[in-house]
Formats: sequence, C-alpha cells, structure tokens
Amino acid sequence: MSGPDDSGRRGQPAGRGESSGGGGPGGRARPGSDGFSAIGRPMRKVDGLDKATGRARYTDDIRLPGMLHGKILRSPHPHARIVAIDTSPAERMKGVHAVVTGRDMPVTYGIIPWTPDEYPLCLDRVRYIGDGVAAVAAVDEDTATAALEHIKVAYEELPAYLTPHEAIAASVGPYIHEPRKEGQNGNITKVVKLAFGDVEDGLEGADIVVEGDYFFQGTTHTPIEPHCAIGMADGAGKVTVWSATQVPHYLHRELARVLGLDPAKVRVIQPPVGGAFGGKSEPFDLEFCVAKLAMKTGRPVKILYTREEVFYSHRGRHPFHMRYRTGVRRDGRLTAVDAQIVMDGGAYASFGLVTTYYSGQLLTAPYKMPAYRFHSTRAYTNKPACGPKRGHGSVQPRFAFEVQLDRIAEALSIDPIELRRRNFIGSGTRTVNDFRVTSNGFLECLDAVERSSDWKAKFGNLPFGRGVGVAGSTYISGTNYPIYPNDMPQSGIQLQVDRSGRVSVFSGASEIGQGADSMVAYIVVEELGVPLDHVRVFAGDTDFTPVDLGAYSSRVTFMLGNACIQAARRIKRQVQEAVARVWRVKPGEVLLAGGLALRAGDTGVCMPIREAFNLAEAKFGTLGATGSYNTPKDIHGEYRGATIGSSPAYSFTAHVAEVEVDPETGFVEVKKIWIAHDCGRALNPVLVEGQMEGSAYMGFAEALMEEQIFKTADQGRAGLHNAPSLLDYRIPTSLDTPALESLIIESVDPEGPYGAKEAGEGPLHPSIPAIANAIYDAVGVRMDALPFSPPRVWRALQRVNGSGACPGRAPQPRFEKMPAAPWREAHGGRVGPGRGEGRNGA
Amino acid sequence: MEVVRLRVNGDERVCGVPAHYTLLETLRYGLGLTGSKQGCDKGDCGACTVILDDRAVLACITPVLEAEGRKVRTVEGLANGTELHPIQDEFDLNGAAQCGFCTPGILCSSVVLLERNSSPSREEIRAALAGNLCRCTGYAKIYDAVEAAATRMRR
Repeated sequence: MSGPDDSGRRGQPAGRGESSGGGGPGGRARPGSDGFSAIGRPMRKVDGLDKATGRARYTDDIRLPGMLHGKILRSPHPHARIVAIDTSPAERMKGVHAVVTGRDMPVTYGIIPWTPDEYPLCLDRVRYIGDGVAAVAAVDEDTATAALEHIKVAYEELPAYLTPHEAIAASVGPYIHEPRKEGQNGNITKVVKLAFGDVEDGLEGADIVVEGDYFFQGTTHTPIEPHCAIGMADGAGKVTVWSATQVPHYLHRELARVLGLDPAKVRVIQPPVGGAFGGKSEPFDLEFCVAKLAMKTGRPVKILYTREEVFYSHRGRHPFHMRYRTGVRRDGRLTAVDAQIVMDGGAYASFGLVTTYYSGQLLTAPYKMPAYRFHSTRAYTNKPACGPKRGHGSVQPRFAFEVQLDRIAEALSIDPIELRRRNFIGSGTRTVNDFRVTSNGFLECLDAVERSSDWKAKFGNLPFGRGVGVAGSTYISGTNYPIYPNDMPQSGIQLQVDRSGRVSVFSGASEIGQGADSMVAYIVVEELGVPLDHVRVFAGDTDFTPVDLGAYSSRVTFMLGNACIQAARRIKRQVQEAVARVWRVKPGEVLLAGGLALRAGDTGVCMPIREAFNLAEAKFGTLGATGSYNTPKDIHGEYRGATIGSSPAYSFTAHVAEVEVDPETGFVEVKKIWIAHDCGRALNPVLVEGQMEGSAYMGFAEALMEEQIFKTADQGRAGLHNAPSLLDYRIPTSLDTPALESLIIESVDPEGPYGAKEAGEGPLHPSIPAIANAIYDAVGVRMDALPFSPPRVWRALQRVNGSGACPGRAPQPRFEKMPAAPWREAHGGRVGPGRGEGRNGA
Repeated sequence: MEVVRLRVNGDERVCGVPAHYTLLETLRYGLGLTGSKQGCDKGDCGACTVILDDRAVLACITPVLEAEGRKVRTVEGLANGTELHPIQDEFDLNGAAQCGFCTPGILCSSVVLLERNSSPSREEIRAALAGNLCRCTGYAKIYDAVEAAATRMRR
C-alpha cells in the first residue's frame, strides 16, 4: 500500500514531471520502478487536444442535411388532467412539419424496469410544471417555438402535493400515480425497512445516544451542456438517435420498446458529453420525440433543451428529511444506528427505488456498526423528478451521520479524527448489512488529511470565527447488478490491431469528461507496449461497440478497465508467442513496452512493436480480441435488497475543511478543503485528482450555495421552479471555489484493474459534513440543514445567542422536520444519556 | 435577412442571417464554427466566450450586427497554423478539460488575460475566469494550466 507520503509527489501536475514526454503524443512510455510503463503516469487524454481546439463535436454541433428543429410544449400546471389537445392550428402553420402528443407514444417507460411510470409525452395527466405534453418539428427553432403557442391544451387542475409529508399523509385520490393495489397511497414510490443486528439492544447498551434531525435540500446537476438529441429515420425501418446520454445501452433498449421497433433496427450514438453527473443517466422526453418526429417526417430532427428545460428535466439530488439515533460507548465505539428518512421524489420514480435502498444501504462503512436499522420512504410530489446525482442516495445520509459523529466526539471529548479511527471497519471484512469489503485505505486517508491540514494545531484552537472540520465516507465502484436482470457481462470491449502498429479500441462506455476513453487507451499502452498516439478509441455507438451499461455508479474504470485488460492480454499472449518462436525464448520472456518488443534480461534484443504484431498476425491470422467483465455474485447477503448497494470494491475518503464564518452576516467562506481519497490505484493521477477536486467542489457547492427550490401557493404559483437559470441557481464561480488539495491514497484493490477503484463520486461526500463540522468549530453552531447560506447560519447564531428572530420578522422554522408519528420518540434530549447509562445511575 | 461581414480568425466572412441573430448563432449556424458553445443562451455561463477586438465577450448576448467589421477570435483561431497556443497544450497536459464544454470559453478568457498580463497571479487568474462556469474541475487544474502557459509564453 503506498502511503500518504507518496501523494505529495502524485500531486505534481502533468507536463512537468518525468513522464510528460512519455505521455505526450508520440511519446514512448518506459517501465518505471513500480513495474508499470503507463499506469500511474500523468499522461495526456486521448480527447484532450480535440477539446482544447474546438474540434470535439458534441451533439448540438452535429448538423444533418435537411434537419428540422423540435420543441416541446410543457405543462403550466403542477398537477392536472389533460382534457383535450388540439394540435391542428400548429400543424397548419407554415414551416411546421409534424406535431406529436402522448397518443403517438402511449407506452410507459422508466429506467428501473419495476417502476415504469412515465410516458414520453404525457398521455392524460401532467404531474409537474414542465412536464412534456406535445412536440413540434419545424424548419427552424423560431418556427417550432412559435408553433407551441398554437397547440391548445385544455386542463382540469388537480390538487398538487408539494411536500413529501403532505403526499404521505394523503388518504384519498387523486394521487400523483395510480396505486398499484387498491387502498394504497399512490403518492408513495417505495418504502424500505431493513434491520441488521439488535438496534434496541445496542441503543440500550450505549453510554450515550445522540439524536438529531437533518434536512438536505435538493440540488441539481447543471452540466454546462444542455441535453440534446437528434433523430434520423432511414425510411427502411432503421432509426438512429444521437444523444448526450450517459447510458446509450439503456436508451437503446427503451427507444426500441417504447417506439415498438426491433432493437436491431435502432442505433444510439453518444457523441462527447458536456458534463452529466447523473443528470443524463436515463431516457428523457426529447430522445423519444426526436425519434418519433423523424419517423413521422422522414427528416432528421434535433431538439436542444433550453437551460430552463434542463432544470425541469432535473433527476437531481432528492431532498431528504432525516432522523438519526446513534448509540456509542464511552470509548467512542458505535453500538447502534437507527435512521428514518423521508425522501422528496418529485413527479416520477426515475431511479427512486434504488435511491430508497441507497439511502440506508451505503452508510455501513467505513465505520463498524454492530447494529443498524433504516426506514426510508420515497414520496412522489408535483415537482420535477429527482434521481441520481453524483453520490446517488448516499450524500444526504452521509451529511447527517458525519455531523452525528462530530457531536459524539464532542460529547465524549474525543478528537473527531480519533473517534473515526476507533470505529474503522478494516479491510477484508463484511459490513453489518453483509457487503464484502476488500481493500480499505480509510485510515491512511485520515492520516493524510490530519497531517496536511495541520489538524492537531488547528482543531479547537483557532480564533472565534475560524474552524476546521473532518468527515469520512465510502462509495461503490459500480453496482453489482445491471438495472435489468441478466447474466451477461456488465462491460465489454473489443480490440483490433492494424499492420501499422495502431490499436483500435471499440468501447461501449460513455465518455462524459471523466476520462473513460483515455483510461482504456492507457491500459492498451501498458499491456501492448504501443505509444499512446497509436491507440484510437471508438466509443459509444451501439452499432459498433460492445455493450457497457453506462457511466453511472462509478462503475466504468473498475468494470471496463478489467474488460480491457482481459482483451489486451489475449492479444499480448499471441504477440509474445509469435516473437518468442523467432527468438527461441519462452513467451514470458518477451516484453512489450515503449513501442518495442524486448527480450527480458537482454533488452538489446528487440524489434519495433509493429513487426511483433506482424509476426503474430502471420501466425494467428487477423489480430483482435474481446474482453468482458462481470461482477462476482458471492459478495453480499441473501436478504431482500441485499444486492442493492453491493459492489465489487469500495472507495474511501476523508476531508478536512477549514472555514471562516462572519458572525455579523452568517457568511461562510471555505478557505480550503484537503481531500484524501483511496482510489485503489491511480491509473492516471492527474485525472484522479481532477475527479477528487471536481467532487469536492460540487460538495462544497451543495453545502453553501445550491438550492433547487419551488414556489408555494402563497408565493403565487405553486410548484413553479423558483429560478431555473444559471444566474439564479447559484453554482460556484472561480471566485467562490475554495483552494482544494488532493491527496491520493492507493490501497491496491485485489480485483480492480491494476488495483484501481472509483474516484468520481466518493470524494464528494465528506465535503458537506466537513464544512458543517468546521462551522461548529468556528462559531459553535450546528448546521443541520442545507445549504449553509448566510440567512441560515445567521439565524443559527442568533439561536445560540438566545434571540432567534430577525428584528421585525417572525422567527422562521429551520426546516420541516419529519412528523413525530409514526416514529417513536425513544429519547427526549438531542444529546442525552442512553438508557444503559441511566440504569447504571450515571 | 441581413448580410453581415465578419473578420473571424483572420478570414473575411460574409453571411446571411436573420437580423435578430446573436454572434454565437452566426458563428455556429451561419459559419459552422461550432467550437464556441451554447450553455445557457442568456449570458450566465460563459461557454460562448469569444474574443472581440481583444476583449472577451459573451457571444450569446452579443447581437451579430454589433460584431460587424470587427475582429473575432474563437477557439478555432487560437492556434497559429499547426502550432498550438501554449494554453491549449497546457490544458491537455494539466487535465484542465474534463467534459470540455466550458473549455473553448475559458481558453478565450485565458488568452485575453495572458495578452494583457504575462505573469498573472492566481488571484488575477481567478478574477479573469469569474465569468466562465466550469462544472467538472473545481477550477484547480485550470489555474495550473494558465500558470504553466504563462510560464511557457515568457520564455
């Protein structure tokens, strides 16, 4: 395991280190002291220069001959029946080629096969302001936009549910969705109750029990590229859709199913995607509409969402109302954790079934929990649907839980980092909910942030207004099962070798900026010894690339990486064998590196890699190989839900945040975040750091700035997005973003590609609780609701100072807590003695 | 329809566009220069940033008629023939472009900064890029790239 001392060196930017030449175009990687020639080096990205020159062609950059432009008419009501739609005035307009409505595609879909509750366009009911009702294809965008005004829709308004509590409390319809069984509440997507170990006993035996309510405000992804799709029908039954999607394979399946087409006649092409973060990981209305409009008109049709529509399409972070009870012994060891969560799901299920499980299942590391129970309920509301955002379902509980730990540390007078060490779950173990944990570098993460942040000198010792906070977390390296049940590989790849020495990689994975295409190129360089600029990656086209399930759940490096190693080694063996025969040595003595085949022990004996490939082709025929990866199936328990949240490997992260709080205004400035992340092995440290920094930034943004809020009836327009623009929905600029320091920890996972695990989502989690805990260290107020905006922090300070209200204004509730019933109030005080303690008379 | 004359990346271009077109629409739809991106279409995100007479401007809120006869540089015009602008190369070397969608605009803002200030401090870089939203990187690698480019350009 490489220690944190190593991370300083890894922190050097590419281009100035020893390997910048090696990684550069045409550069030749040579084996380093770790035995790798390419892996672990700061190499260029295969698409880096395309992106730096404007050559990269995103979906909206594609223009096809005769292409029409589409627009979608959206509901002005949060909840209403569609009584009638008259499209004829629009259809009569000059320049309008076709109009489609829900009747043209009356088939439900949903990313989770068990909860298909959406139509491509609403059939008889709209469920949020922004729900798609009809779509137009016209000669240009202006005409299409104008035509929307001429589609007449008669609505009958229905009562709207804007909070999950209202939705859950409902006992008569109309519900947001029809109940699956008569008598059920159709406003509930999913309820999950799971218990492991004896929670009551654990709380009973605790020396103290800390109890807290928390609220996590919803946030959205806001990739800079709005969603865009182009449909084309060839007139012979084949339909092609270009889309800015993270999941071309699932889109392929759903397009075929909903449009009633043979999947063999549907092609999905995924151009480079301009940011996604989970916001493009399921089918959207525009993809069905461009396909249907293209089928109807015989012309290619493009739809580009406006920025406003990106906010309506949403699928971002669920607002969570959470209550935690955490029992600990006097020495700081956890005895039991009890969680109750109500989730605001918005109008459709999306990934909600999984989110409901994740809300509890992903909390069980990096700390050992002897007993754990969670009860999570996802409610529908008449707002844009929530879904997976970076750190799906686990960022919210992690915030609450890590603040709980900070309160415990304070109550027991244990240093918060030490408290976390004492509860370390270890490596090669199982969690309380029976997930297998392989490698685990969490202790090294804690050591790294403690040292780099100068924690010991700072914690509790900085002047009033300044503070530091720590938090830890874990995340999955891919989900163990595909979204639809099947036994086929989760990831596949195909390699092809040319006589010139060029290697082509056909990859089904989705490049969304994270470096998926580069990652497989580095593996080919490592295994086959070719220079990086001899590798071409062709990706994201269902006609030509093997299936990969998509860029979600941090699965790509782990799964596609392993698939690529398998394929590359199949070719490597052939090349070694062919060269070995000529040199009269054993195949294992033939090395492939730096553009050469070399003889081990006497590297003076060598030949250009191209010649080695030619020898292999002469011996074995055309050179090519496939590789695939599927997950092991014995790494989780047998209970219902045991598969959801299980992963072949888990990453671990620790952050320390340092903040300055202005007690006059409540303004919080995050000075710096130290990010230590155990990614197993950094295949390219520059790209890993980029993921760590981008994650910490996004967590910081949610902690301090972002809020997906909707107007209430009192504000004039119930359910209307308050601010669907990048000016009003505030994402951090360069001036807002704190200094970020990445500390890579490498635990070398036994099953990861070269030991690698995920890096793209895990490092988001601790930012938020670390900042909350730092605010407490700075000014002594516990932030239990996001975002930690000046009004919230100021009010919290006022409460501590005994006032609690703005001058001249009524005190505002901090956030809507979960109703007391049906949950038992076992412990009165927010920090109180456990029952065990009372019994002992302490 | 209006006929507009633009000096784009050293070329004299003539293009017929609707009078309400912005500079961004003209570049992307009229001239096929799709390097400049549309992220919000209302001047909030900076993905459309181009260089108009040595100033970084938001092409999505610049009426095309305002750019008539003036010098426009876009991401496609930053390289000198086959020689990349140092900032382009450093973006790649430093991993400063992840999804790459904000990159063309950030490159243009950076070039304007570097033309005015050959050794910007990190604070000056942060200020110069404050109009360009990046959602992937947390900006850290972008600062590294701009600093490295400045160092290279001073040599």
